[in-house]
Amino acid sequence: MHPAYSVILFTTASGAGYGLLFWLAILSVFDNLPADLTLGMAGLGLAFALISGGLLSSTAHLGRPERAWRAFSQWRTSWLSREGIAAVATFVPFGLFAFGWIMLGQNQGIFGFVALIAAAMSIITVWCTGMIYQSLPTIRAWHQPLVSPVYVALSLASGGVLALTLLRLFGHESEDFGWVVVTFLAASLLLKRVYWSFIDAAPRDRTSGTATGLGRFGRVRPLEAPHTQANFVMREMGYAIARKHAAKLRMIVQLIGFVVPFLALVLTLTAAGPLTLPLTILGLLAVMFGVALERWLFFAEAQHVVTLYYGAEAA
Amino acid sequence: MTSLPAPSAKKLGLVIDLDTCVGCQACATSCKEWNTSGYSAPLSDHDPYGADPHGAWLNRIHAYDVGKGATSRTVHFPRSCLHCETPACVTVCPTGASYKRAEDGIVLVNPDTCIGCKLCSWACPYGAREYDYADGVMKKCTLCVDRIYNETLDPQDRVPACVKACPTGARHFGDLGDESSAVSQLVKAREGYDLMPEMGYKPVNKYLPPRPRRDAATTPSTPSTAAPVKTDGSATEKLFAWADKLLSR
Repeated sequence: MHPAYSVILFTTASGAGYGLLFWLAILSVFDNLPADLTLGMAGLGLAFALISGGLLSSTAHLGRPERAWRAFSQWRTSWLSREGIAAVATFVPFGLFAFGWIMLGQNQGIFGFVALIAAAMSIITVWCTGMIYQSLPTIRAWHQPLVSPVYVALSLASGGVLALTLLRLFGHESEDFGWVVVTFLAASLLLKRVYWSFIDAAPRDRTSGTATGLGRFGRVRPLEAPHTQANFVMREMGYAIARKHAAKLRMIVQLIGFVVPFLALVLTLTAAGPLTLPLTILGLLAVMFGVALERWLFFAEAQHVVTLYYGAEAA
Repeated sequence: MTSLPAPSAKKLGLVIDLDTCVGCQACATSCKEWNTSGYSAPLSDHDPYGADPHGAWLNRIHAYDVGKGATSRTVHFPRSCLHCETPACVTVCPTGASYKRAEDGIVLVNPDTCIGCKLCSWACPYGAREYDYADGVMKKCTLCVDRIYNETLDPQDRVPACVKACPTGARHFGDLGDESSAVSQLVKAREGYDLMPEMGYKPVNKYLPPRPRRDAATTPSTPSTAAPVKTDGSATEKLFAWADKLLSR
Protein backbone atom coordinates (compact mmCIF):
# COMPACT_ATOMS: atom_id res chain seq x y z
CA MET A 1 0.00 0.00 0.00
CA HIS A 2 1.21 3.48 -0.84
CA PRO A 3 2.18 5.28 2.39
CA ALA A 4 0.43 8.67 2.29
CA TYR A 5 2.65 11.04 4.25
CA SER A 6 -0.30 13.08 5.49
CA VAL A 7 -1.84 9.93 6.99
CA ILE A 8 1.45 8.92 8.65
CA LEU A 9 1.84 12.42 10.08
CA PHE A 10 -1.79 12.41 11.22
CA THR A 11 -1.73 9.07 13.00
CA THR A 12 1.67 9.70 14.60
CA ALA A 13 0.90 13.24 15.78
CA SER A 14 -2.69 12.75 16.89
CA GLY A 15 -1.80 9.37 18.41
CA ALA A 16 0.80 11.07 20.64
CA GLY A 17 -1.64 13.93 21.31
CA TYR A 18 -4.41 11.59 22.45
CA GLY A 19 -1.90 9.65 24.55
CA LEU A 20 -0.73 12.88 26.20
CA LEU A 21 -4.32 13.90 26.94
CA PHE A 22 -5.00 10.43 28.36
CA TRP A 23 -2.06 10.55 30.74
CA LEU A 24 -2.67 14.14 31.88
CA ALA A 25 -6.23 13.13 32.74
CA ILE A 26 -5.18 9.94 34.52
CA LEU A 27 -2.42 11.74 36.48
CA SER A 28 -4.84 14.48 37.50
CA VAL A 29 -7.35 12.03 38.91
CA PHE A 30 -5.18 9.24 40.28
CA ASP A 31 -1.82 10.89 41.03
CA ASN A 32 -2.94 14.27 42.45
CA LEU A 33 -1.11 16.14 39.70
CA PRO A 34 -1.40 19.81 40.72
CA ALA A 35 -3.41 22.04 38.37
CA ASP A 36 -0.29 24.05 37.59
CA LEU A 37 -1.12 26.79 35.07
CA THR A 38 2.07 26.51 32.96
CA LEU A 39 1.89 22.73 32.88
CA GLY A 40 -1.79 22.94 31.94
CA MET A 41 -1.16 25.47 29.19
CA ALA A 42 1.81 23.55 27.81
CA GLY A 43 0.45 20.01 28.20
CA LEU A 44 -3.14 20.53 27.15
CA GLY A 45 -2.07 23.10 24.54
CA LEU A 46 0.39 20.64 23.01
CA ALA A 47 -2.20 17.85 23.08
CA PHE A 48 -4.66 20.15 21.32
CA ALA A 49 -2.06 21.19 18.74
CA LEU A 50 -1.04 17.59 18.00
CA ILE A 51 -4.62 16.32 17.77
CA SER A 52 -6.06 19.14 15.69
CA GLY A 53 -2.91 19.45 13.58
CA GLY A 54 -3.07 15.74 12.88
CA LEU A 55 -6.75 15.91 12.01
CA LEU A 56 -6.15 18.82 9.66
CA SER A 57 -3.25 17.06 7.96
CA SER A 58 -5.45 14.00 7.41
CA THR A 59 -7.71 16.11 5.20
CA ALA A 60 -4.71 16.84 2.98
CA HIS A 61 -4.99 13.46 1.26
CA LEU A 62 -8.64 14.06 0.36
CA GLY A 63 -9.55 14.94 -3.20
CA ARG A 64 -12.24 17.30 -1.94
CA PRO A 65 -11.22 18.50 1.55
CA GLU A 66 -13.98 21.14 1.54
CA ARG A 67 -16.51 18.33 1.76
CA ALA A 68 -14.81 16.64 4.75
CA TRP A 69 -17.76 17.49 7.04
CA ARG A 70 -19.82 14.91 5.16
CA ALA A 71 -17.64 12.19 6.69
CA PHE A 72 -19.51 12.46 10.00
CA SER A 73 -22.69 10.96 8.57
CA GLN A 74 -22.07 7.23 8.07
CA TRP A 75 -21.22 6.03 11.58
CA ARG A 76 -23.55 3.05 11.17
CA THR A 77 -21.15 1.22 8.84
CA SER A 78 -17.93 3.18 8.36
CA TRP A 79 -15.01 3.14 10.80
CA LEU A 80 -13.63 6.24 9.11
CA SER A 81 -16.85 8.05 9.90
CA ARG A 82 -16.81 6.74 13.48
CA GLU A 83 -13.24 7.94 13.88
CA GLY A 84 -14.19 11.43 12.69
CA ILE A 85 -17.12 11.61 15.10
CA ALA A 86 -15.09 10.26 18.03
CA ALA A 87 -12.28 12.73 17.28
CA VAL A 88 -14.62 15.72 17.27
CA ALA A 89 -16.64 14.47 20.26
CA THR A 90 -13.43 14.17 22.31
CA PHE A 91 -12.99 17.93 22.07
CA VAL A 92 -16.05 18.45 24.34
CA PRO A 93 -14.74 16.76 27.53
CA PHE A 94 -11.22 17.86 26.54
CA GLY A 95 -12.38 21.50 26.39
CA LEU A 96 -14.16 21.25 29.77
CA PHE A 97 -11.10 19.62 31.34
CA ALA A 98 -8.84 22.36 29.95
CA PHE A 99 -11.31 25.04 31.11
CA GLY A 100 -11.25 23.68 34.66
CA TRP A 101 -7.49 23.31 34.74
CA ILE A 102 -6.42 26.55 33.03
CA MET A 103 -9.24 28.95 33.91
CA LEU A 104 -10.31 27.67 37.34
CA GLY A 105 -7.16 25.90 38.51
CA GLN A 106 -9.08 22.68 39.10
CA ASN A 107 -8.43 19.28 37.59
CA GLN A 108 -10.32 17.12 40.05
CA GLY A 109 -13.87 16.64 41.23
CA ILE A 110 -16.24 17.36 38.38
CA PHE A 111 -13.25 18.26 36.18
CA GLY A 112 -11.63 14.97 37.07
CA PHE A 113 -14.81 13.29 35.88
CA VAL A 114 -14.73 15.05 32.49
CA ALA A 115 -11.01 14.29 32.34
CA LEU A 116 -11.76 10.59 32.59
CA ILE A 117 -14.35 10.91 29.83
CA ALA A 118 -11.73 12.67 27.69
CA ALA A 119 -9.26 9.87 28.45
CA ALA A 120 -11.77 7.19 27.43
CA MET A 121 -12.72 9.11 24.28
CA SER A 122 -9.03 9.40 23.36
CA ILE A 123 -8.65 5.62 23.45
CA ILE A 124 -11.88 5.13 21.51
CA THR A 125 -10.72 7.54 18.79
CA VAL A 126 -7.36 5.82 18.35
CA TRP A 127 -9.11 2.44 18.39
CA CYS A 128 -11.38 3.62 15.54
CA THR A 129 -8.30 4.69 13.57
CA GLY A 130 -6.91 1.18 13.88
CA MET A 131 -10.26 -0.35 12.93
CA ILE A 132 -10.25 1.53 9.60
CA TYR A 133 -7.32 -0.70 8.63
CA GLN A 134 -8.23 -3.80 10.60
CA SER A 135 -11.69 -4.03 8.99
CA LEU A 136 -10.36 -4.41 5.43
CA PRO A 137 -10.36 -8.08 4.34
CA THR A 138 -8.50 -7.12 1.14
CA ILE A 139 -5.21 -6.60 2.99
CA ARG A 140 -4.03 -9.61 4.94
CA ALA A 141 -1.42 -7.74 7.01
CA TRP A 142 -4.11 -5.34 8.24
CA HIS A 143 -6.98 -7.77 8.72
CA GLN A 144 -5.45 -8.95 12.00
CA PRO A 145 -6.88 -8.65 15.52
CA LEU A 146 -3.77 -6.88 16.85
CA VAL A 147 -3.89 -3.85 14.54
CA SER A 148 -6.13 -1.68 16.74
CA PRO A 149 -4.48 -2.75 20.02
CA VAL A 150 -1.09 -1.80 18.56
CA TYR A 151 -2.44 1.62 17.53
CA VAL A 152 -3.68 2.22 21.09
CA ALA A 153 -0.49 0.86 22.69
CA LEU A 154 1.74 3.08 20.55
CA SER A 155 -0.45 6.09 21.25
CA LEU A 156 -0.17 5.51 25.02
CA ALA A 157 3.58 4.80 24.83
CA SER A 158 4.47 7.87 22.74
CA GLY A 159 1.99 10.07 24.64
CA GLY A 160 3.43 8.74 27.90
CA VAL A 161 7.00 9.69 26.99
CA LEU A 162 5.69 13.10 25.93
CA ALA A 163 3.81 13.54 29.23
CA LEU A 164 6.85 12.49 31.25
CA THR A 165 9.02 14.97 29.35
CA LEU A 166 6.60 17.80 30.16
CA LEU A 167 6.35 16.80 33.83
CA ARG A 168 10.11 16.90 34.11
CA LEU A 169 10.36 20.18 32.18
CA PHE A 170 7.96 21.83 34.60
CA GLY A 171 9.31 20.18 37.72
CA HIS A 172 6.60 17.67 38.48
CA GLU A 173 8.74 14.58 38.55
CA SER A 174 6.79 11.42 39.25
CA GLU A 175 8.90 8.30 39.58
CA ASP A 176 5.90 5.97 39.60
CA PHE A 177 4.70 7.43 36.32
CA GLY A 178 8.18 7.02 34.86
CA TRP A 179 7.97 3.28 35.48
CA VAL A 180 4.45 3.17 34.01
CA VAL A 181 5.77 4.73 30.80
CA VAL A 182 8.70 2.32 30.67
CA THR A 183 6.26 -0.58 31.11
CA PHE A 184 4.08 0.71 28.28
CA LEU A 185 7.13 1.00 26.00
CA ALA A 186 8.07 -2.60 26.70
CA ALA A 187 4.49 -3.83 26.33
CA SER A 188 3.96 -2.08 23.01
CA LEU A 189 7.23 -3.47 21.64
CA LEU A 190 6.08 -6.94 22.67
CA LEU A 191 2.66 -6.40 21.06
CA LYS A 192 4.24 -5.15 17.82
CA ARG A 193 6.54 -8.18 17.71
CA VAL A 194 3.59 -10.51 18.15
CA TYR A 195 1.82 -8.63 15.33
CA TRP A 196 4.83 -9.12 13.06
CA SER A 197 4.96 -12.83 13.87
CA PHE A 198 1.23 -13.03 13.04
CA ILE A 199 1.59 -11.45 9.62
CA ASP A 200 4.69 -13.49 8.83
CA ALA A 201 2.88 -16.72 9.71
CA ALA A 202 -0.36 -15.83 7.88
CA PRO A 203 -0.85 -18.17 4.91
CA ARG A 204 -0.47 -16.50 1.52
CA ASP A 205 -2.86 -18.84 -0.25
CA ARG A 206 -4.42 -16.39 -2.70
CA THR A 207 -2.77 -16.54 -6.10
CA SER A 208 -3.30 -15.17 -9.58
CA GLY A 209 -4.95 -18.53 -10.24
CA THR A 210 -7.58 -18.06 -7.53
CA ALA A 211 -8.07 -14.36 -8.30
CA THR A 212 -8.86 -14.99 -11.96
CA GLY A 213 -10.51 -18.37 -11.38
CA LEU A 214 -8.24 -19.73 -14.12
CA GLY A 215 -5.93 -21.71 -11.85
CA ARG A 216 -7.72 -24.93 -12.81
CA PHE A 217 -6.16 -24.67 -16.28
CA GLY A 218 -2.62 -24.31 -14.97
CA ARG A 219 -0.32 -21.57 -13.83
CA VAL A 220 -1.60 -18.05 -14.56
CA ARG A 221 0.99 -15.51 -15.65
CA PRO A 222 0.39 -11.99 -16.95
CA LEU A 223 0.96 -11.82 -20.70
CA GLU A 224 -0.14 -8.31 -21.49
CA ALA A 225 -0.99 -5.50 -19.08
CA PRO A 226 -4.22 -3.56 -19.65
CA HIS A 227 -2.31 -0.28 -19.84
CA THR A 228 1.22 0.84 -20.64
CA GLN A 229 1.73 3.08 -17.58
CA ALA A 230 0.80 2.45 -13.96
CA ASN A 231 -2.83 3.37 -13.23
CA PHE A 232 -4.36 4.53 -9.95
CA VAL A 233 -4.81 0.98 -8.68
CA MET A 234 -1.13 0.19 -9.20
CA ARG A 235 0.04 3.52 -7.79
CA GLU A 236 -2.16 3.30 -4.69
CA MET A 237 -2.28 -0.44 -4.02
CA GLY A 238 0.82 -1.71 -5.83
CA TYR A 239 3.39 -0.12 -3.52
CA ALA A 240 5.48 -2.84 -1.94
CA ILE A 241 8.77 -2.95 -0.10
CA ALA A 242 11.39 -5.63 -0.55
CA ARG A 243 11.31 -8.18 2.28
CA LYS A 244 14.98 -7.75 3.12
CA HIS A 245 14.46 -3.99 3.54
CA ALA A 246 11.41 -4.63 5.68
CA ALA A 247 13.47 -6.82 8.02
CA LYS A 248 16.08 -4.05 8.40
CA LEU A 249 13.46 -1.39 8.97
CA ARG A 250 11.73 -3.53 11.59
CA MET A 251 15.04 -3.72 13.41
CA ILE A 252 15.45 0.08 13.24
CA VAL A 253 11.89 0.59 14.53
CA GLN A 254 12.57 -1.70 17.49
CA LEU A 255 15.93 -0.14 18.33
CA ILE A 256 15.11 3.55 17.92
CA GLY A 257 11.41 3.46 18.71
CA PHE A 258 11.54 1.26 21.78
CA VAL A 259 14.97 0.16 23.01
CA VAL A 260 16.56 3.65 22.98
CA PRO A 261 13.71 5.39 24.87
CA PHE A 262 13.37 2.39 27.19
CA LEU A 263 17.05 2.48 28.17
CA ALA A 264 17.16 6.27 28.36
CA LEU A 265 14.17 6.40 30.69
CA VAL A 266 15.34 3.49 32.85
CA LEU A 267 18.65 5.32 33.22
CA THR A 268 16.92 8.50 34.37
CA LEU A 269 14.80 6.52 36.82
CA THR A 270 17.64 4.55 38.40
CA ALA A 271 20.36 7.21 38.41
CA ALA A 272 18.98 10.75 38.57
CA GLY A 273 21.47 13.41 37.56
CA PRO A 274 22.03 16.40 35.33
CA LEU A 275 21.46 14.22 32.28
CA THR A 276 17.85 13.41 33.23
CA LEU A 277 16.25 16.05 31.01
CA PRO A 278 18.51 15.53 27.95
CA LEU A 279 17.98 11.77 28.19
CA THR A 280 14.22 12.19 28.49
CA ILE A 281 14.16 14.44 25.41
CA LEU A 282 16.33 11.92 23.56
CA GLY A 283 13.80 9.25 24.48
CA LEU A 284 10.96 11.44 23.22
CA LEU A 285 12.63 12.14 19.86
CA ALA A 286 13.49 8.45 19.47
CA VAL A 287 9.99 7.19 20.21
CA MET A 288 8.37 9.73 17.86
CA PHE A 289 10.76 8.82 15.04
CA GLY A 290 10.22 5.13 15.73
CA VAL A 291 6.43 5.40 15.65
CA ALA A 292 6.49 7.40 12.40
CA LEU A 293 8.76 4.78 10.80
CA GLU A 294 6.58 1.97 12.17
CA ARG A 295 3.57 3.61 10.55
CA TRP A 296 5.36 3.94 7.21
CA LEU A 297 6.33 0.28 7.43
CA PHE A 298 2.73 -0.63 8.31
CA PHE A 299 1.72 0.66 4.87
CA ALA A 300 4.76 -0.50 2.94
CA GLU A 301 4.49 -4.09 4.19
CA ALA A 302 0.77 -4.35 3.46
CA GLN A 303 -0.02 -6.18 0.23
CA HIS A 304 -3.42 -5.65 -1.35
CA VAL A 305 -5.15 -8.62 -2.97
CA VAL A 306 -5.71 -6.67 -6.22
CA THR A 307 -1.98 -6.97 -6.94
CA LEU A 308 -2.72 -10.57 -7.96
CA TYR A 309 -4.23 -9.24 -11.20
CA TYR A 310 -1.04 -7.32 -11.87
CA GLY A 311 1.48 -10.12 -11.58
CA ALA A 312 1.90 -10.73 -7.83
CA GLU A 313 2.36 -14.47 -7.26
CA ALA A 314 0.54 -14.70 -3.95
CA ALA A 315 -1.20 -12.50 -1.41
CA MET B 1 -26.70 5.92 3.04
CA THR B 2 -23.87 3.47 3.02
CA SER B 3 -25.90 0.88 4.92
CA LEU B 4 -26.75 -1.74 2.33
CA PRO B 5 -30.35 -1.97 1.17
CA ALA B 6 -32.26 -5.23 1.54
CA PRO B 7 -31.18 -7.57 -1.26
CA SER B 8 -33.05 -6.59 -4.41
CA ALA B 9 -34.89 -9.16 -6.52
CA LYS B 10 -33.43 -7.52 -9.58
CA LYS B 11 -29.66 -7.93 -9.87
CA LEU B 12 -28.40 -6.24 -13.00
CA GLY B 13 -24.95 -7.26 -14.06
CA LEU B 14 -22.64 -8.54 -16.75
CA VAL B 15 -21.65 -12.01 -17.84
CA ILE B 16 -18.22 -12.09 -19.43
CA ASP B 17 -17.24 -14.94 -21.70
CA LEU B 18 -13.52 -15.64 -21.33
CA ASP B 19 -13.78 -18.15 -24.16
CA THR B 20 -14.67 -15.65 -26.84
CA CYS B 21 -13.06 -12.44 -25.57
CA VAL B 22 -10.25 -11.56 -27.99
CA GLY B 23 -8.76 -8.71 -25.95
CA CYS B 24 -9.47 -6.07 -28.61
CA GLN B 25 -10.10 -3.34 -25.95
CA ALA B 26 -13.24 -2.16 -27.80
CA CYS B 27 -15.26 -2.44 -24.57
CA ALA B 28 -12.69 -0.41 -22.64
CA THR B 29 -12.53 2.37 -25.22
CA SER B 30 -16.27 2.57 -25.76
CA CYS B 31 -16.72 2.63 -21.97
CA LYS B 32 -14.29 5.52 -21.70
CA GLU B 33 -15.97 7.32 -24.59
CA TRP B 34 -19.48 7.02 -23.16
CA ASN B 35 -18.66 7.64 -19.52
CA THR B 36 -16.32 10.58 -19.97
CA SER B 37 -19.40 12.54 -20.97
CA GLY B 38 -21.97 10.51 -19.03
CA TYR B 39 -22.84 9.97 -15.37
CA SER B 40 -19.22 10.03 -14.16
CA ALA B 41 -18.04 12.83 -16.41
CA PRO B 42 -15.22 13.59 -16.73
CA LEU B 43 -12.89 10.59 -16.76
CA SER B 44 -9.72 12.65 -16.65
CA ASP B 45 -6.42 11.72 -18.24
CA HIS B 46 -3.01 12.88 -17.12
CA ASP B 47 -0.12 13.57 -19.43
CA PRO B 48 -2.03 11.86 -22.27
CA TYR B 49 0.60 12.55 -24.94
CA GLY B 50 3.63 12.58 -22.63
CA ALA B 51 5.96 10.06 -21.09
CA ASP B 52 3.64 8.87 -18.29
CA PRO B 53 0.09 8.84 -19.62
CA HIS B 54 -2.54 7.54 -17.21
CA GLY B 55 -6.12 8.26 -16.36
CA ALA B 56 -9.37 7.01 -14.92
CA TRP B 57 -10.85 4.06 -16.79
CA LEU B 58 -13.72 1.90 -15.59
CA ASN B 59 -12.83 -1.24 -17.47
CA ARG B 60 -9.41 -2.86 -17.81
CA ILE B 61 -8.56 -5.77 -20.08
CA HIS B 62 -5.75 -8.06 -18.94
CA ALA B 63 -4.26 -10.93 -20.92
CA TYR B 64 -2.91 -14.00 -19.14
CA ASP B 65 -0.84 -16.92 -20.25
CA VAL B 66 -2.48 -19.93 -18.64
CA GLY B 67 -0.90 -23.37 -18.39
CA LYS B 68 2.29 -24.61 -19.92
CA GLY B 69 3.52 -26.06 -23.16
CA ALA B 70 1.24 -27.52 -25.82
CA THR B 71 -1.90 -27.19 -23.68
CA SER B 72 -1.31 -23.56 -22.67
CA ARG B 73 -3.69 -20.87 -23.74
CA THR B 74 -4.04 -17.10 -23.82
CA VAL B 75 -7.00 -15.80 -21.86
CA HIS B 76 -8.16 -12.20 -22.23
CA PHE B 77 -9.63 -11.04 -18.98
CA PRO B 78 -11.81 -7.91 -18.74
CA ARG B 79 -11.99 -6.51 -15.20
CA SER B 80 -14.55 -3.97 -13.99
CA CYS B 81 -16.96 -3.46 -11.08
CA LEU B 82 -18.84 -6.66 -10.27
CA HIS B 83 -21.73 -4.83 -8.53
CA CYS B 84 -21.36 -7.11 -5.51
CA GLU B 85 -24.31 -7.98 -3.29
CA THR B 86 -22.31 -7.17 -0.13
CA PRO B 87 -19.82 -4.56 -1.32
CA ALA B 88 -17.46 -3.34 1.40
CA CYS B 89 -16.59 -0.38 -0.85
CA VAL B 90 -20.06 0.94 0.02
CA THR B 91 -20.07 0.25 3.75
CA VAL B 92 -16.63 1.79 4.40
CA CYS B 93 -17.62 5.07 2.72
CA PRO B 94 -17.72 7.79 5.41
CA THR B 95 -19.95 10.20 3.49
CA GLY B 96 -22.67 8.08 1.95
CA ALA B 97 -21.44 8.99 -1.55
CA SER B 98 -21.02 5.29 -2.34
CA TYR B 99 -24.28 3.44 -2.44
CA LYS B 100 -25.99 0.33 -3.76
CA ARG B 101 -29.29 0.96 -5.50
CA ALA B 102 -32.21 -0.79 -3.83
CA GLU B 103 -34.13 -1.25 -7.08
CA ASP B 104 -31.56 -3.02 -9.26
CA GLY B 105 -28.38 -3.50 -7.21
CA ILE B 106 -26.17 -1.15 -9.22
CA VAL B 107 -23.28 0.24 -7.13
CA LEU B 108 -22.73 3.94 -7.75
CA VAL B 109 -20.72 6.89 -6.45
CA ASN B 110 -22.43 10.24 -6.04
CA PRO B 111 -19.81 12.58 -7.55
CA ASP B 112 -21.29 15.56 -5.68
CA THR B 113 -20.71 14.18 -2.18
CA CYS B 114 -17.57 12.00 -2.59
CA ILE B 115 -14.62 13.50 -0.66
CA GLY B 116 -11.98 11.46 -2.49
CA CYS B 117 -10.64 9.65 0.60
CA LYS B 118 -9.97 6.52 -1.54
CA LEU B 119 -10.93 4.14 1.27
CA CYS B 120 -13.44 2.40 -1.06
CA SER B 121 -10.59 1.53 -3.44
CA TRP B 122 -8.76 -0.10 -0.52
CA ALA B 123 -11.87 -2.11 0.34
CA CYS B 124 -12.40 -3.44 -3.20
CA PRO B 125 -10.55 -6.71 -3.95
CA TYR B 126 -11.17 -6.32 -7.68
CA GLY B 127 -9.50 -2.95 -8.30
CA ALA B 128 -12.74 -1.67 -9.75
CA ARG B 129 -12.56 1.85 -8.39
CA GLU B 130 -10.18 4.43 -9.78
CA TYR B 131 -9.47 7.86 -8.39
CA ASP B 132 -9.79 10.77 -10.75
CA TYR B 133 -6.80 12.95 -9.89
CA ALA B 134 -8.24 16.00 -11.64
CA ASP B 135 -11.83 15.68 -10.43
CA GLY B 136 -10.83 14.66 -6.87
CA VAL B 137 -13.49 11.95 -6.61
CA MET B 138 -13.70 8.20 -7.18
CA LYS B 139 -14.92 6.78 -10.49
CA LYS B 140 -16.36 3.36 -11.15
CA CYS B 141 -18.48 1.36 -13.58
CA THR B 142 -22.09 2.62 -13.51
CA LEU B 143 -23.35 -0.31 -15.58
CA CYS B 144 -24.19 2.57 -17.94
CA VAL B 145 -27.12 3.53 -15.76
CA ASP B 146 -27.57 6.47 -18.14
CA ARG B 147 -28.01 4.12 -21.14
CA ILE B 148 -29.95 1.15 -19.86
CA TYR B 149 -32.97 3.20 -18.74
CA ASN B 150 -32.54 5.90 -21.38
CA GLU B 151 -35.77 6.19 -23.32
CA THR B 152 -34.25 8.57 -25.85
CA LEU B 153 -32.15 5.64 -27.12
CA ASP B 154 -33.51 2.93 -29.37
CA PRO B 155 -34.47 -0.14 -27.30
CA GLN B 156 -31.62 -2.23 -28.74
CA ASP B 157 -29.14 0.42 -27.59
CA ARG B 158 -30.28 0.33 -23.96
CA VAL B 159 -27.37 -1.85 -22.87
CA PRO B 160 -24.00 -0.87 -21.37
CA ALA B 161 -21.59 0.65 -23.89
CA CYS B 162 -19.11 -2.21 -23.42
CA VAL B 163 -21.76 -4.81 -24.29
CA LYS B 164 -22.85 -2.85 -27.34
CA ALA B 165 -19.25 -2.51 -28.55
CA CYS B 166 -18.06 -6.10 -28.12
CA PRO B 167 -17.43 -7.54 -31.61
CA THR B 168 -17.41 -11.17 -30.47
CA GLY B 169 -20.45 -11.13 -28.21
CA ALA B 170 -18.31 -11.92 -25.19
CA ARG B 171 -20.21 -9.53 -22.94
CA HIS B 172 -23.80 -10.10 -21.88
CA PHE B 173 -26.03 -7.81 -19.86
CA GLY B 174 -29.13 -8.77 -17.92
CA ASP B 175 -30.87 -9.54 -14.67
CA LEU B 176 -28.92 -12.18 -12.77
CA GLY B 177 -31.55 -12.18 -10.04
CA ASP B 178 -34.06 -13.69 -12.47
CA GLU B 179 -33.34 -17.39 -12.97
CA SER B 180 -35.17 -17.48 -16.27
CA SER B 181 -33.24 -14.58 -17.82
CA ALA B 182 -30.95 -15.23 -20.78
CA VAL B 183 -27.86 -14.32 -18.73
CA SER B 184 -28.83 -16.64 -15.86
CA GLN B 185 -29.41 -19.47 -18.33
CA LEU B 186 -26.04 -18.79 -19.91
CA VAL B 187 -24.31 -18.87 -16.52
CA LYS B 188 -26.04 -22.16 -15.77
CA ALA B 189 -25.17 -23.75 -19.11
CA ARG B 190 -21.54 -22.65 -19.10
CA GLU B 191 -20.85 -23.00 -15.35
CA GLY B 192 -20.20 -19.31 -14.84
CA TYR B 193 -18.24 -18.45 -11.71
CA ASP B 194 -17.57 -15.67 -9.19
CA LEU B 195 -14.20 -13.95 -8.83
CA MET B 196 -12.64 -14.52 -5.39
CA PRO B 197 -15.79 -15.91 -3.75
CA GLU B 198 -13.76 -16.46 -0.55
CA MET B 199 -13.72 -12.68 0.02
CA GLY B 200 -17.46 -12.87 0.70
CA TYR B 201 -18.45 -9.87 -1.43
CA LYS B 202 -20.91 -11.98 -3.50
CA PRO B 203 -20.23 -10.50 -6.96
CA VAL B 204 -23.24 -10.24 -9.27
CA ASN B 205 -21.16 -10.27 -12.47
CA LYS B 206 -20.16 -13.75 -13.59
CA TYR B 207 -17.30 -15.07 -15.71
CA LEU B 208 -17.70 -17.94 -18.18
CA PRO B 209 -14.60 -20.15 -18.23
CA PRO B 210 -12.77 -20.91 -21.48
CA ARG B 211 -14.23 -23.99 -23.16
CA PRO B 212 -12.11 -27.18 -23.22
CA ARG B 213 -9.53 -27.26 -26.00
CA ARG B 214 -10.58 -29.08 -29.13
CA ASP B 215 -7.13 -30.20 -30.29
CA ALA B 216 -8.26 -33.62 -31.42
CA ALA B 217 -11.09 -32.31 -33.55
CA THR B 218 -9.12 -29.53 -35.20
CA THR B 219 -5.95 -31.46 -36.08
CA PRO B 220 -6.10 -32.17 -39.84
CA SER B 221 -6.74 -35.86 -40.49
CA THR B 222 -4.42 -37.77 -42.84
CA PRO B 223 -5.30 -36.72 -46.41
CA SER B 224 -7.39 -39.33 -48.19
CA THR B 225 -5.62 -40.83 -51.17
CA ALA B 226 -7.82 -40.19 -54.17
CA ALA B 227 -8.48 -43.16 -56.37
CA PRO B 228 -6.46 -42.93 -59.60
CA VAL B 229 -8.52 -41.53 -62.44
CA LYS B 230 -9.14 -44.01 -65.17
CA THR B 231 -8.34 -42.83 -68.65
CA ASP B 232 -10.31 -43.76 -71.67
CA GLY B 233 -7.72 -42.59 -74.21
CA SER B 234 -10.12 -40.28 -76.08
CA ALA B 235 -8.83 -37.41 -78.27
CA THR B 236 -10.26 -34.78 -75.90
CA GLU B 237 -8.43 -36.33 -73.01
CA LYS B 238 -5.19 -36.40 -74.98
CA LEU B 239 -5.70 -32.72 -75.82
CA PHE B 240 -6.14 -31.79 -72.13
CA ALA B 241 -3.15 -33.91 -71.15
CA TRP B 242 -1.06 -32.12 -73.78
CA ALA B 243 -2.32 -28.68 -72.57
CA ASP B 244 -1.62 -29.63 -68.97
CA LYS B 245 1.91 -30.69 -69.86
CA LEU B 246 2.47 -27.51 -71.87
CA LEU B 247 1.16 -25.22 -69.11
CA SER B 248 3.06 -27.06 -66.43
CA ARG B 249 6.43 -26.25 -67.99
